Amino acid sequence: MEIDLIAVQLFTGVALGAVFVLLSTGLSIIFGMLGVVNFAHGAFYMTGAYAGVFFLALTGNFWLALAAVPLLIGALGLGVERLLIRPLYGRGPDYPLLLTFGLGYVLVEIVRILFGTDGVPFETPALLSGGIDLGGLGYFPAYRLFVIAVTAVILLLLWLLLARTRYGLIIRAGARDPEILSILGIDIARVWLLVFGLGTGLAALAGLLAAPMRSVNPEMGVAVLVEAFVVTVIGGMGSLLGGAIAGMLVGIVVSLTALWMPEMSTISMFALMTLVLLIRPQGLFGRGLAR
Amino acid sequence: MTSARSEAHEPTRAQRWRVPLVAAVLAVLPWIAPSQALAVNILIYGLYATGFNLLFGYMGLLSFGHAAFLGAGAYGAGIALARFGVGWFGAIAIGVAASGLLAVLIGALSIRSRGIYFSMVTLALAQLVYYVAFQAESWTGGENGLRGLTVSSLRIGPLSLNFLDPTIKYYVIFGFVTAALWAISRLLNSPFGATIEAIRENEGRAQACGYDVRRMKLMAFTLSGLVCGLAGALDALHLSIVPIDTLYYQTSGLAVMMALLGGAGTFLGPFVGAAIFLLIEDSFSLWTSHWQLFVGAIFILAVLFLPRGAWGTLVAWRADRRA
Repeated sequence: MEIDLIAVQLFTGVALGAVFVLLSTGLSIIFGMLGVVNFAHGAFYMTGAYAGVFFLALTGNFWLALAAVPLLIGALGLGVERLLIRPLYGRGPDYPLLLTFGLGYVLVEIVRILFGTDGVPFETPALLSGGIDLGGLGYFPAYRLFVIAVTAVILLLLWLLLARTRYGLIIRAGARDPEILSILGIDIARVWLLVFGLGTGLAALAGLLAAPMRSVNPEMGVAVLVEAFVVTVIGGMGSLLGGAIAGMLVGIVVSLTALWMPEMSTISMFALMTLVLLIRPQGLFGRGLAR
Repeated sequence: MTSARSEAHEPTRAQRWRVPLVAAVLAVLPWIAPSQALAVNILIYGLYATGFNLLFGYMGLLSFGHAAFLGAGAYGAGIALARFGVGWFGAIAIGVAASGLLAVLIGALSIRSRGIYFSMVTLALAQLVYYVAFQAESWTGGENGLRGLTVSSLRIGPLSLNFLDPTIKYYVIFGFVTAALWAISRLLNSPFGATIEAIRENEGRAQACGYDVRRMKLMAFTLSGLVCGLAGALDALHLSIVPIDTLYYQTSGLAVMMALLGGAGTFLGPFVGAAIFLLIEDSFSLWTSHWQLFVGAIFILAVLFLPRGAWGTLVAWRADRRA
């Protein structure tokens, strides 16, 4: 009985962790490439969930929403980079950070105007609403397994893109030395544009996937932004593997404290972060102190 | 962003007159501001933004967790008043001490990380404080906020002031704010002020010159926390309640917005920024509940086109004309 409960809670933690991983990956590639800490990341996540609500109401098809939302919000991200963030390059990292912070305010208010200030329900898609028996260990919601699977596929695709393609090579080179890259005749501005769009698309996907598991409301992005930061600090900025492992770790820690010490569940991830900061200020997989 | 200073020990004319100037403006503020409530808020949030700016503008550390110090001051003073029946002055002292202590703790942890990390770590630790206050309902009142700390009269020696009178309340808070500003101004003109600005400009070189950079950072962080704690304690006395939102992420963001709108790295900028922000909020919230949309948009425009802030641009323009 106790073992079953722990197993189910562990899986819940991994599903929660999957959302954290998608979020912090988006945050991390934007920072790694552009040197921009995207304080609107939580707002893009929230916008993704609401875009999902909109598409579901329009078409009634979850799968269509799953395909359309990351593209739509990714396109929004392209616009934001082109119009608002690009003028700030070369002014130091604080200004893009401050700008995206203001942008977060604006996005939240726009969603409040369009959808109201109260939360909205988000049904689990019918095909995934059942549960799956985990070899006698327990009965586990199919949707959470689906979230874990989607995250794994996305991470694999992202890794293939970065490690095995010409585009990935350009992105990695750009993170090292953008100046040399532009001397070599590559349009670095376009690479940055696309990376920002990719990051915001990932945030929107995370928001849509989380929508049936956590409540959808205009403020949902704030808590999640902090959670993504905690994951990034624990994992070490700029490390895909670090982000993935830290995301899972945080998800599992939060779920297990919810089981054993419910009153500590909101606090446990910060305790973990404090511990990591004391022992390894650069994060578990970070390379030296980031500037 | 910087105002060049040749001699740390000899304040310029502008530096000598900045506190009397702001005190004079604040002294007549209740008659200029659209409402008395707005005037008090400008005092309190101006001080809050000034405390934040000690760290951001002068030391170059962008904290996204200063709500923790405003909140610690407010809850510290509030709990002392409501739960222990401490007198008003003692309550303020306890609030300031509580936030100073918290600043030492959060500061010691967060200055281990640099640059961008620093912003994320301060934000995360401040959220931790928020969740702790949220859970500790028997102390803080949890979600409903801390209530029952009405101070109706202030006893100063043989004197007894009616704190329910808005004008008296304003000038009592004005007294504290002006004293704090004077202390901050003195401090920034001291070698300490010159040192933290040197660290902002070039941390490696300051270290090479023999300054203990870490200790300086922790000192600046703690001072900044103390100032914000005083603002929080005054806010608790002013409102008679401490809402849980005092500790929330948005309150941390408030300090950032105010400092930047007015001009980070200038002495009076944060005060000007607080006034601008609160005026926008006050006038837009009259005709729309979505005033945050306008505040956010104006902030974005300020980052893009007026990065020195309103006051900072003015100061730079005057300096250019003289040169």
